Amino acid sequence: MFLAAAAALIAAMVLALARAFAGPTVYDRILAVNQIGTQTVLLIAVMGFISGRPDFLDISLLYALINFVATIAVLRYVKRDRARADKQS
Amino acid sequence: MDEGARQDARQGRRAIDLYLNIILLVFVAATGIAAVWLRNLLASAMVLGIYSLLMAGLWVVLDAVDVAFTEAAVGAGVTTVLMLLAIALTGREEKRVRTRPWLPLAVSLGAAGLLVYATLGMPDFGAADAPAQTHVAPYYLERGEAETGVPNVVTAVLASYRGFDTLGEVTVIFTAGMGVLVLLGSATRRRRKAPTSAKEDSA
Repeated sequence: MFLAAAAALIAAMVLALARAFAGPTVYDRILAVNQIGTQTVLLIAVMGFISGRPDFLDISLLYALINFVATIAVLRYVKRDRARADKQS
Repeated sequence: MDEGARQDARQGRRAIDLYLNIILLVFVAATGIAAVWLRNLLASAMVLGIYSLLMAGLWVVLDAVDVAFTEAAVGAGVTTVLMLLAIALTGREEKRVRTRPWLPLAVSLGAAGLLVYATLGMPDFGAADAPAQTHVAPYYLERGEAETGVPNVVTAVLASYRGFDTLGEVTVIFTAGMGVLVLLGSATRRRRKAPTSAKEDSA
């Protein structure tokens, strides 16, 4: 069951990567980064159960905590950029 | 028979680890190529963030959880923020290069080939007779807790046995951080001043 979960996560990762590479707008890429982060967290958790060490769950929780930093930074940057562009026009 | 079943399970786990390694490494290679390929620097910075997250996953698969933490916090967090600040100060689009950089390509491919060749001479992953395991590692493992009072061996080595080394590292990181802060700080201050002076000129 955990193997099936891992396979599904990897398939989802491929899709998110494709969106990050192709994604025409910035928002597609932001979403892809965030999604890859979440999938890494889940993959670490699933890996912990596959290799019989459920204490990996704590590690993945900590990852989830730092995962959003990059996303928020990018969003703030885009917001500021847009505000500046609006002011100039 | 019980022993055999356990061995089977262990072998299965090793196979899963191997496949995960291969898949994650393919992802990492794809993100690296994409980061160079993309012309939009904002997109490149974000793809590099993905690269760091994938590397963090790879470190966890390799059982180096502390390295994975550093990779996720520094690579995906701090570096992305610094890149974004730098892009905000310079420009979003990469300049087109007219000439084909064949020589740098040949040099980097040659270096990569040499590194791959060098891995052939390395001991197996986790081999007990590898030089890294036979030099001072047994001493640290046996005496570490008694000598330093730190239960985690890695922490004992980093903070006690190699304390001066770590102090030097902290100095380097502190200096680099100060440099980045000074660079970004002075650039943003100039930028903030620039529009007001332009307005005065037009007035």
